[in-house]
Amino acid sequence: MAKYLSQEWCDLYKEEINKSKAYEEAAKTWEGDFYFITEPGGPVKEKGFMYVDLYHGKCRACEIVTDPNKYKPAFTLAAPYNIWKQIATKKLDSTKALITRQSKLTGDMAKIMRYTKAANELTNCTMLVPTEWLD
Amino acid sequence: MWNFSCPLIVYGDNSLDYLAQVKGKKAFIVTDKNILKLGLIKPVTDKLDEAKIQWEIFDDVEPEPSLTTIKKGGVAVGKYQPDWVIGIGGGSCMDAAKAIILLLARPELEPESLSVLEEFNFRTKARLMAIPTTSGTGSEATWAIVLTDTKDNRKLGLGSTECMPDVAILDPVMVMGMPPQITADTGMDVICHAIEGYTSVWGTSMTLGPGLIATRLTLEYLARAYKDGGDLEARKEMMNAATMGGMSFGNSMAGLAHSTGHALGAIFHVPHGRAVGLFLPYTMEYLINESAETTAKYAEIARYCRVASSGSDKECALALVARIRALAGELGQPLSVKDCGVGQAEYEKEIPRLIERALNEVMTMTVTRIPGEEDLGRIFKYAYEGKSIDF
Repeated sequence: MAKYLSQEWCDLYKEEINKSKAYEEAAKTWEGDFYFITEPGGPVKEKGFMYVDLYHGKCRACEIVTDPNKYKPAFTLAAPYNIWKQIATKKLDSTKALITRQSKLTGDMAKIMRYTKAANELTNCTMLVPTEWLD
Repeated sequence: MWNFSCPLIVYGDNSLDYLAQVKGKKAFIVTDKNILKLGLIKPVTDKLDEAKIQWEIFDDVEPEPSLTTIKKGGVAVGKYQPDWVIGIGGGSCMDAAKAIILLLARPELEPESLSVLEEFNFRTKARLMAIPTTSGTGSEATWAIVLTDTKDNRKLGLGSTECMPDVAILDPVMVMGMPPQITADTGMDVICHAIEGYTSVWGTSMTLGPGLIATRLTLEYLARAYKDGGDLEARKEMMNAATMGGMSFGNSMAGLAHSTGHALGAIFHVPHGRAVGLFLPYTMEYLINESAETTAKYAEIARYCRVASSGSDKECALALVARIRALAGELGQPLSVKDCGVGQAEYEKEIPRLIERALNEVMTMTVTRIPGEEDLGRIFKYAYEGKSIDF
């Protein structure tokens, strides 16, 4: 089990993404990096930043970042802990979360919407990481 | 958290009279030249005159409105500063009205940025009304906006939950003159919205009712409206069905018939309703073959619509598929891609692009059996030949 928002969790997530043929196929032309931001609330006391660099169906980097100025990713997706947990366990669809403003995206929305299948496969990968949730 | 939204729906005979009760000073009408030529704007402006509301017409909307047209509409609405924006027409005009009212509030934005990521608060300036002249898209009861980027030849699914119309007026006088072919094409869109909204994985008990009723109304009244455009009861019930179809899929999501149909429409320019209606039986069969959950929902629809009264879920679901094919046949709709006049060699060459487009639609992800590239390719091939899906 890897603790949510730990480097160990990031390493396992990267591994799962890079093992996934379905993700590789769906994201073969994707180029773009993200900050997945966990907003404070519940068991999370400070904003948590996870940097994920996705390129041509592979994950080139996945790391916990303490200084958000370290990278300037093309996209940020921010949500409170309980929303991330629901998305990662597929109890809440990530697009639904955006529509209802439970999560907030910055970046080129139109580009994201052309990679729906890839986004779905990324969520499938989070399901495969044995996660120790913070609550 | 999820939500259910819909406009105030004014429906039935003389619904346009509602306009005389509207409070406001200036209305900006968004429509197209054909609607204007058909004389469908005058009954609206007559009522606005009665209510002492000034009006201006923007009639530049084309089918599948372009970003350029919306930008032009945004400039015009900014100059006019209305307190009502009224979309009159089919889905294109109503979608254009939604986009234009968003630009009234945020004139600095480019039309392609009109998405859920932005806040608009346009109701501090104006309210939005939709008056459909077809019974199909359900755009009067959804917040979605479909625009075309003519530079890249692609459709953009935009919109914000804010742009659900405040009022939808369903007056049958606005659809009585609709030609049979458009009645058929748009009517097949209704049944797709209704059935796909009912079975969407985003659906809830809040969205089941409109989907169920819209399906039954379409099965009962669409062929009548097609055969006799002057059948007032059929026209009224199809208007109601279209709006309920919008309420169904607009508060859940459409499904595979839409993602495959959109791909066909984008590449081979088959009209939207005809394309999604063509794929509906095939995608239903695909789901029936592996998903007990969706099969059970199709069976519920079949029993409620009196398409089947006994038999297993699978038998009832397949009876519904057969009924939809029979309806399409009655309406002279194509039952296969080949029937649309698409050449086989050209179609086969485009299959990779069809797959790519369908695969990346949200609507492919909101069904209980999500196809990969291989299955999508087979669905497209079977639909060309008119072969029932057996995998």
